[in-house]
Amino acid sequence: MLNNGGIDSLNVIVCIKRVPDTEAHIRINETGTDIDNGGVKYIISPYDEFAIEAGLRVKEKMEGGEVSLLTVATSEAQETLRNGLAMGADKATLLRADSYMDGLGTAKALAAELRDSDAQLILFGVKAAGSDQQQVGPMVATLLGIPCVTEVSSFEFGEGVVTCQREIEGGIEVVEADLPAVLTITKGEYEPRYASLKGIMAAKRKPLEEREAEVSQPGLHIERLSEPTTRESGCVLEDSPDAVAELVRLLREEANAL
Amino acid sequence: MADVLAFVEQREGQIGGGAREVVSVAAQLASEIGSSASALVLGGPGLASAAEGLSTAGATAVAVAEHEALSEYNPEAYLPIVINHLRSGNFRALIFSASSLGKDLAPRVAAELDVPLGSDVTGMEVQDGVPLFTRPVYSGKAFARFSIDADPAIVTIRPNVFPVSDYNSEIEVSKFIPDVDPEAWCARVIERKGVTEGAIDVSEAAVVVSGGRGLKDPENWGVLEELRDAIGPDTALGASRAVVDAGWRPHSEQVGQTGKTVAPKLYIAVGISGAVQHLAGMRTSQTIVAVNRDPDAPIFSMADYGIVGDLFEVIPRMTETIKALKSED
Repeated sequence: MLNNGGIDSLNVIVCIKRVPDTEAHIRINETGTDIDNGGVKYIISPYDEFAIEAGLRVKEKMEGGEVSLLTVATSEAQETLRNGLAMGADKATLLRADSYMDGLGTAKALAAELRDSDAQLILFGVKAAGSDQQQVGPMVATLLGIPCVTEVSSFEFGEGVVTCQREIEGGIEVVEADLPAVLTITKGEYEPRYASLKGIMAAKRKPLEEREAEVSQPGLHIERLSEPTTRESGCVLEDSPDAVAELVRLLREEANAL
Repeated sequence: MADVLAFVEQREGQIGGGAREVVSVAAQLASEIGSSASALVLGGPGLASAAEGLSTAGATAVAVAEHEALSEYNPEAYLPIVINHLRSGNFRALIFSASSLGKDLAPRVAAELDVPLGSDVTGMEVQDGVPLFTRPVYSGKAFARFSIDADPAIVTIRPNVFPVSDYNSEIEVSKFIPDVDPEAWCARVIERKGVTEGAIDVSEAAVVVSGGRGLKDPENWGVLEELRDAIGPDTALGASRAVVDAGWRPHSEQVGQTGKTVAPKLYIAVGISGAVQHLAGMRTSQTIVAVNRDPDAPIFSMADYGIVGDLFEVIPRMTETIKALKSED
């Protein structure tokens, strides 16, 4: 349960990313440095949905404050932001960047926007399901000079602080961070809600602003994308006492894995 | 000359196998660009002696920051020490492990230095003196080869992927005691609950024993725990999305596109049919074993070895066989 720690309301900003559906088949396009968008459906990164859910629960518990969405992307991400508004967020901002940006460039563009914000809580999904870099959240916090707690599975508020649970090797770590803070969210207790029909209708009228992002030169250059080498399926045995002994022998002598 | 620096992790004052991987990658890169590899390790008092062993992984120097407040990781304690160390020398590259610590610390270091970061690297080569790295994207459905146009080039490397070389170099250990002021931290660890000593994260383990729906009930995980214990200490449990969604296992164990991407030396999938997202999360494992009742389960298309049968018969037999084998060693 969310403890409101004497805070009446606070504003939350959730930074999200538009990514290919995790079910999508990924093909490389003819430039060799990007994927073929043909037929690929785009979604809010699943981890970012956990973050939106976490943000909405803060607002519901506090009975006040706003949940805003923020992204750095091409204009096509307007649709992605509308999906987040349909879940229940209040407004959205798209920082438009038409050229490739590396993680640091994205973090700088977000930090430039967030620097003058009154938000006490900035949420990210733990990583984007696509680039999988798991870096922009802590980079933004470092650029802003505020604390960051990563891989948070639940949190509650205290006097000027947010107390976070992190799932670590075989247990739970409890971290207390001064507000304002950046948290990166794992699924934990934040099973994302579905947008209701009413939510979808309301999202069409919610404020969505698009502006130019502050673009910096990327320092990380993608030279080439390639498809993974296909794995040949190997030796499959029907179960028998001998099969298990044979498997263990192969693992030890052939694969050198035991 | 520009150095390649390996950031080395300690746990409970011990420097583990992951550290040797990071140092080996640094040494390999250093030899290809004509420089030398050094290491930096932060921890509690008495760490310096444990650091000497890094010579055989290829480090020619190791700086050891010792302070009571450094024995457990806190990013606000670690960040300024790493930054000061980097500014004290001339570093061409900095290598972290893509462990939970590395994934938390490396982006902060990169942002502080205003340089990009390449995460979760699984391959490296040098062309005309320029390091080129490879990393999986879209959870392993594609691979990106990239270069970093910045000094230092910072990357995190995926655990268990790179070979550990055996060097025989002299090592210079320099211990220092940094200023650490816990009062100034804006984030503090206040409690650790239920942390099993020696437990390792599924993304860092050398062997992963993963369970799915085929186990039928959360009460049945004992058979996997026994197999894990028989295999040895560097082994972790994993889980399919289905059993995490059902609340049988914690999300921290989930392998796949909305969980963790793993690349252990050995991945044993038990009662997991192999959804696309699961396969994406474990396909770079070195050796894959599948045990499933259904001969048509997609997991078999990726397995190096498979047994079609009842896991409740196969797994205990496997555990006994491995135990017997290990007792002969």
